[in-house]
Amino acid sequence: MTHANLSLVGPEIILAGSALILLVVGAFRGKGGVVFNGLSVLALLAAAVAAVVGPQGRGFAGGVIVDDLSTFAKVAIYLASAVSLVLADRWLARRGDSKFELPVLVILAALGMGVMVSAGDLISLYIGVELHSLALYVLAAFRRDDAKSSEAGLKYFVLGALSSGLLLYGASLIYGFAGSTQFDVIAGAVNDGAGQGILFGLVFLICGLAFKVSAAPFHMWTPDVYEGAPTPMVGFFAAAPKLAAMVLLARVLQEGFGGAVAQWQQVVLAIALLSVFVGAFAGLAQKNLKRLWAYSSIANIGYALVGLAAGGEAGVQAMLMFMVLYMVDVTGFFACLTALQRDGRSMETIDDMAGLFKEKPGLALAMTAFSLSALGLPPLSGFFAKFYVFKAAIDAGLAWAAILALVGSVVAAFYYLRLIKVMWFDAAPGAVEAPAFSARTIAIGAALFSFPVGLVALVWLDPVSRAAAAAFG
Amino acid sequence: MTGILSLITFLPLAGVAAILLLKVLGQSGERADGAARWIALVTTLATFALSILLTMRFDTANPGFQFVEEIPWFAGLSYRMGVDGISVLFVLLTAFLLPICVVASWKSVDKRVQEYMIAFLVLETLVIGVFCALDLILFYLFFEAGLVPMFLIIGIWGGKNRVYAAYKFFLYTLLGSVLMLAAVLAMIGVAGTSSIPELMQYKFADWLQPWLWVAFFASFAVKMPMWPVHTWLPDAHVEAPTAGSVILAGILLKMGGYGFMRFSLPMFPDASTMFAPLVFALSAIAIVYTSLVAFRQTDIKKLIAYSSVAHMGFVTMGIFSGNVQGEQGAIFQMLSHGVISGALFLCVGVVYDRMHTREIAFYGGLVNRMPWYAAVFMLFTMGNVGLPGTSGFVGEILTLTGVYKASTWTALVASTGVILSAVYALSLYRRVVFGEMTNPALAQISDLDRREVLIFAPLIVSTLYLGFQPDVVFNITGASVEALVGAWRAAVAG
Repeated sequence: MTHANLSLVGPEIILAGSALILLVVGAFRGKGGVVFNGLSVLALLAAAVAAVVGPQGRGFAGGVIVDDLSTFAKVAIYLASAVSLVLADRWLARRGDSKFELPVLVILAALGMGVMVSAGDLISLYIGVELHSLALYVLAAFRRDDAKSSEAGLKYFVLGALSSGLLLYGASLIYGFAGSTQFDVIAGAVNDGAGQGILFGLVFLICGLAFKVSAAPFHMWTPDVYEGAPTPMVGFFAAAPKLAAMVLLARVLQEGFGGAVAQWQQVVLAIALLSVFVGAFAGLAQKNLKRLWAYSSIANIGYALVGLAAGGEAGVQAMLMFMVLYMVDVTGFFACLTALQRDGRSMETIDDMAGLFKEKPGLALAMTAFSLSALGLPPLSGFFAKFYVFKAAIDAGLAWAAILALVGSVVAAFYYLRLIKVMWFDAAPGAVEAPAFSARTIAIGAALFSFPVGLVALVWLDPVSRAAAAAFG
Repeated sequence: MTGILSLITFLPLAGVAAILLLKVLGQSGERADGAARWIALVTTLATFALSILLTMRFDTANPGFQFVEEIPWFAGLSYRMGVDGISVLFVLLTAFLLPICVVASWKSVDKRVQEYMIAFLVLETLVIGVFCALDLILFYLFFEAGLVPMFLIIGIWGGKNRVYAAYKFFLYTLLGSVLMLAAVLAMIGVAGTSSIPELMQYKFADWLQPWLWVAFFASFAVKMPMWPVHTWLPDAHVEAPTAGSVILAGILLKMGGYGFMRFSLPMFPDASTMFAPLVFALSAIAIVYTSLVAFRQTDIKKLIAYSSVAHMGFVTMGIFSGNVQGEQGAIFQMLSHGVISGALFLCVGVVYDRMHTREIAFYGGLVNRMPWYAAVFMLFTMGNVGLPGTSGFVGEILTLTGVYKASTWTALVASTGVILSAVYALSLYRRVVFGEMTNPALAQISDLDRREVLIFAPLIVSTLYLGFQPDVVFNITGASVEALVGAWRAAVAG
């Protein structure tokens, strides 16, 4: 029994072990370095491999579920974490903020996210959410001498604590009315007609998780945190934790509350559409690219939630495909921002990008690709992300929601186009410094995935994501 | 011959790769620009040669899709290509106009030449893809992706107010397209297939058809453009570089008409019958109203842009007439307009390259200094008016005949458009070419040079050839058009 349980959490053991070892090593050495970072990346990759080859099943009295869904999400999360470590290395070194704690914190965050996607009851749900959140708070404030970074960390922490409170309150209500923390037992209670109390708890739970994915109206922290946090870490915040929280939300809604679809569907749809429009309209007024992409990510989470609201296997698959394809775009975009600086200063506003096409055509093309992909324009991968979401929504009879969300994307088109306009049409104010090799490679690689590699990769991603979603058939 | 469609579609990308290779090798400056021009010219000419081969091998007796290619993709979608009598000539038109665009930009575009040529080659791939795609999502992919190169062409190489025009073009078209996307997804969900030939056989429920029709209409009406959603077109035309206008008027507008014939009619026949009066009304208004608007323009390009909207009115009304004359006329009008309006924009480009203004009042008396130019401009003006012997006549008379059978009143109102087009086109010609040459700036203006003659020669030949021998078109389109009309009648009757 114990052995069977432990074999399920192979990736978690690898991550927790390496985090502890790296922490001790770092404490004695007093600094990080390339080798240190390389080992951290290796640990994440090893965890990804362990997730693929490890056995599946349920363990720890139902607290941990390892299935195709969790494996799919874990691989994506660990890879995204590894990429963000590679990005952060040079960026922080250039600013003299290179510290050994960063890889450890990223690994701990990845560990927490892994727990989230494998959560089978409310306890492991909460442990996973808290573990990854606390690591993220510190990462946001990682440049502790920088006022904006500290502000970002503090804001993230205070608001995050509030959302954890909501989450915990919801979880306690659900436990109180269902008599168990396990999702399958809760599902039984819901099917027997558990009444209003348990749904009340569910709404709190959704609110808490909506905060984590930065869906409106719980999105307020996002622009400030994105603006202040170290750029490579923003790429990390915008990708992996959102996937983890979305998968967790899918599991809670589908597995725990599959019998109450009609009740939660309207809540999720309301949050989704609100996010789409808040993201589209508020983004119009932004001048800072990190804030702009914060609003873009709010809108895009809205689309993912539209997919989730469609429910069933198709809905979960749509959400997974959307999140994975979006993660590539957002990681690539922040890799571009990480790579670019002029006169020793980060290029963070839209105006900074003026004439980028003449200066750095490769990165300008990559940023164009990410913008158009986030907008959902074919033939970029973002179009297929939206294809899944809207197809699931329309097939589920939510055509009106799909049309509203599509109209929202036309509004958002304006700010993506403005970025493209500035990069392509305007004149450059000065020379851009040579970008770091790692950031540039990641940016170009992600852009090539957006087009054309992603179009071929879909042939393989489609059945994999369908298998991952099959648990909710 | 399997694979020829993919070859034609993606051959321009080989040119893109070659130009990119030059860039990667660090080539820039005059020589690299020259190389980029030649690469673009050779690629577009090769594509044109292949599409002539395609048209010659096309079996005119077969109403179905030919040269079909199919490779399964994901989630039930396929890479599916094929042409029938309706689409094959649009492939030819596209491949015909592109080399002309390249030559037309030879000297007038001197900044970022490599990127310019890349944008045009990518656009050629996407437009040909639109006409060849036999999968809904593949079609949408090509259709929508074309926005980006056109956005860049207007925005980078355009005139003073280019940024506004580029945004307007993009956002208008995108709003129409996303509604179509919703309909596309709904159709795939309901019918369980994304194959266009299969969807043509599928009968959508009576309540669903009008919704799908309206969603497709939103996209194609903007693209066409139909009154009252045409306002992006004059802005885009005025700001776009000459070759951009040629592509826009010559090919991109035709994607709307093609869409109506490929999707709206065969897939939603009942809704098409139901909405035909709406289309007739909008077309008639477009013809009369935009002709009057054209008459009052002070900018040559804007005038021609409005005349395009009026001419597209004939196309939409012909498409929804529901008889062979109307459909044949609509296709012919689109092809002919592609040649004539393209040529007219090139005529504007000739004087704009010399004087850098398009104000009608600036010009006058050009015939004194530019007799050859005056003759060429005269021919295309007559084509625009619809003089018998030019291709413009055939399309107008056939669409009017077709519509007369379906709705006499519409035909009556629309036929005034024939007179109105003479009013604005001839008055434009008189003001620019005839009269005293009063403006001293024009005293040294030179006539067409050899390169410009080279551009106009194929356009003159095709305008006259199509005017005297329209049968070459009807032979190719005939079988498919009859099948289209027959299926529509059967669906409405049954």
